Amino acid sequence: MREAAGSQTATRWVLRVLVVGYLFLLVIWPVVLVAQETFAHGLAPVIDALRQPEVIFAFQLTLSAAFWAVVINTIFGVGISLLLVRYTFPGRRTLNALVDLPLAVSPIVVGLSLVLVYSGRTGWLGGSLEQAGLQIIYAPPGIILATAFVSMPLVIREVMPVLQEIGTEQEQAARSLGASALQTFARITLPAIRWALLYGVVLSLARSLGEFGAVKIVSGGVAMRTQTATLLVEERYQQFGVENSIIAYTAAFILALIAVVALVVVSSFQPQKGRR
Amino acid sequence: MTHRTGVIEPPSLDSPIAGAATNAAGRRLLRGRSATSLSRASGLGLGVALMWFSLLVLIPLTAVLVQASEGGWSAYWDSLRSPQTFAALRLTVGQAILVTVVNIFMGTTIAWVLVRDHFPGKQVLEVVIDIPLALPTIVAGLVLLSLYGPSSPLGVNWANTPVSVFLAFLFVTLPFIVRTVQPVLLEIEPEVEEAAASLGASQFTIFSRVILPSLAPAIASGAALSFCRAISEYGSLVLLSGNLPYSTEVASVRILSYIEGDKLTEAAALASILLIVALIVIVILDVISRRVARYA
Repeated sequence: MREAAGSQTATRWVLRVLVVGYLFLLVIWPVVLVAQETFAHGLAPVIDALRQPEVIFAFQLTLSAAFWAVVINTIFGVGISLLLVRYTFPGRRTLNALVDLPLAVSPIVVGLSLVLVYSGRTGWLGGSLEQAGLQIIYAPPGIILATAFVSMPLVIREVMPVLQEIGTEQEQAARSLGASALQTFARITLPAIRWALLYGVVLSLARSLGEFGAVKIVSGGVAMRTQTATLLVEERYQQFGVENSIIAYTAAFILALIAVVALVVVSSFQPQKGRR
Repeated sequence: MTHRTGVIEPPSLDSPIAGAATNAAGRRLLRGRSATSLSRASGLGLGVALMWFSLLVLIPLTAVLVQASEGGWSAYWDSLRSPQTFAALRLTVGQAILVTVVNIFMGTTIAWVLVRDHFPGKQVLEVVIDIPLALPTIVAGLVLLSLYGPSSPLGVNWANTPVSVFLAFLFVTLPFIVRTVQPVLLEIEPEVEEAAASLGASQFTIFSRVILPSLAPAIASGAALSFCRAISEYGSLVLLSGNLPYSTEVASVRILSYIEGDKLTEAAALASILLIVALIVIVILDVISRRVARYA
């Protein structure tokens, strides 16, 4: 008996060391090194880098594209979740399977697919839209589309299970007491899904700020016009000179910081969600 | 009344093909609960939602398939037979398989340690697991470059070698199996393992006969997610792998250079192949997980 317990403890220790070592080499150490590299020349060059107009522009563009993508995904996500959970209509199952599709597609394929439809030169709809004065590819609307595409399912996947779980009893009670559909949504449904919704919004925001491949194809990445923060990191890293490399590391550090903060915020929602 | 199904939640961040992996779950969710038919307002809502979904996702993805079939079968075949494209596909699929195998072992081990072991700092590891999903892919490349690139404190330089492709895939797919296996492992009571042990079962027997069969479906769906994420990876490789033809160029990079060379038909053909490979792997892993579950 004691021998078995001893070998169990040994296994436990071996696994513990293996896991910690693996995560240290794959994630922890590399991330720490990037932070060190960013501040290798002190704080001043980092602040200088953040004052560069290209950097300010790239972050503004990234933030506004991410903002619009998240707004669109939130409205669409809550709407489609309500429709899928609360109503029956032909093709509902197909739609339910299709809303997860954007997660299965490579960012490069996402970019390609949007170019094929919205490119002003060759796209299915792009030509007519451009004649109507709306340029999508190589312009901010394309960046918003690409960002909204890749992060679309995140809100839906968080909200749908909660809608499923709360059921319709309270909503029906509210309706039978004379509340309008809007009142029922604002007073009953929204408070019930608020944590899941917030969780979905944070996930989508993190994903939107970091999108690279799809945005690279649809935006063209022209500095001060269509260059987002992730595209700036790529361009500056590949250019020579300490200054460019500091800019690349600074932008990367800010993006990583936002990602980690989003993670911590998200994991603090977990208890309220009662999951895991 | 709604009724809860004992379905495994998929990892919640940007997991690719989670749709396919959780289709069964979705189908089960849709059945057997109160739902009403559309009223006029909700019908209008559905119309607007469908239109947006079509404009954003369905029409563009259809355009890829239409573009791929533009020149008929022979053109489709020719675009895939270019040796450079073939080399890229072989590298991508080969490394994705390798990474998925490593993830099956490491992911399950990490999940086991996170659930069954207790030590200070475990909470930190929980956050660390999710970092690869939350980090922008271009930053992930930069991060790996700092430890495994030219100025590595370890004295290795794997940048621009096929190892860098392996590392990048390993990094971005880290959370998938951990996050699918973890909730299932939480549901298995430690008492079951203790009972098996008290009846004289060895640790290996306990793992292979008691724990593994119940984990198999979760491992398989996590493996499918991790494979599909790997074959579609692009961002983390840009700075890390150098994209050298016949050596470190992956399928996504090949598609991108087709797009930049204005060869949209070839780009779409290769994109459709990636989708087909992903589908095949999902089906194979599903079959394997059913076999293992039945063996129990």
